[in-house]
Amino acid sequence: MSETVKKFLYVNRKAPYGTIYAQESLEVVLIGAAFDQDVSMAFLDDGVFQLTKGQDTKEIGLKNFSPTFRALGDFEVTKLYVEKESLAERGLTLEDLQNIEYEDEDDDWAEKPSIRLVSRAEMADVMADQDVILSF
Amino acid sequence: MKFGIVVNEGPYTHQASDTAYNFAKAALAGGHDISRVFFYHDGVNVGTRLSIPPQDDRQIQEQWTALAKEHDLDLVICIAAAQRRGLLDENEATRQGKDANNIADGFRISGLGQLIEMGIQADRTVTFGD
Repeated sequence: MSETVKKFLYVNRKAPYGTIYAQESLEVVLIGAAFDQDVSMAFLDDGVFQLTKGQDTKEIGLKNFSPTFRALGDFEVTKLYVEKESLAERGLTLEDLQNIEYEDEDDDWAEKPSIRLVSRAEMADVMADQDVILSF
Repeated sequence: MKFGIVVNEGPYTHQASDTAYNFAKAALAGGHDISRVFFYHDGVNVGTRLSIPPQDDRQIQEQWTALAKEHDLDLVICIAAAQRRGLLDENEATRQGKDANNIADGFRISGLGQLIEMGIQADRTVTFGD
């Protein structure tokens, strides 16, 4: 395995169901976690729906993979950038999203929120700061 | 410059694999390297050798196979995405008890780790998709 550490950003722009992009994106993130890179995720456009709480997929016969987001902290995926404008355009607020936390090893394992609300302009800065962007 | 290429959409339905192919060809002609091409989501369907487009249309899989042969490219199809969509190589068909395989020459099936590794090793990772 390479010792190079790059900044990876996984960009999620699509709703969790309807297409497979969101689910297969999460599969990449989980596999990628084994490579010890600096990982962030971005949620914008309909991608913000991926993080909503109370998802129930029984009636559509698809697997509800949303609980996996709460396990991301255990994979050291602790930076989930969510675009404020995308939330607002869809009538959503932070309250509609799952509570996703990670334990900060540099702060006595204090539980901290993984979701970071950013403006569209700030999201552009987040993207500009990356080495590798994989868009789904 | 060393490029890594991701193809996220299926052939014919979407132009992504054509654009990726043209990009790869242009990059190679410009003296650049392609460290790997990774096929994900419906992009894995590029790698079936059973596709028969009409005669006056391009044969996307054969284009990739020829390019791979000419430039010794590493064309990797994601195994998880491939299995969902019915793309199997000989080993996998045997292992899964299936009666056929369909992977074209020049393609190989491997895991998502190859995508991350490509991102680490390439100078630029370029995604072709929706």
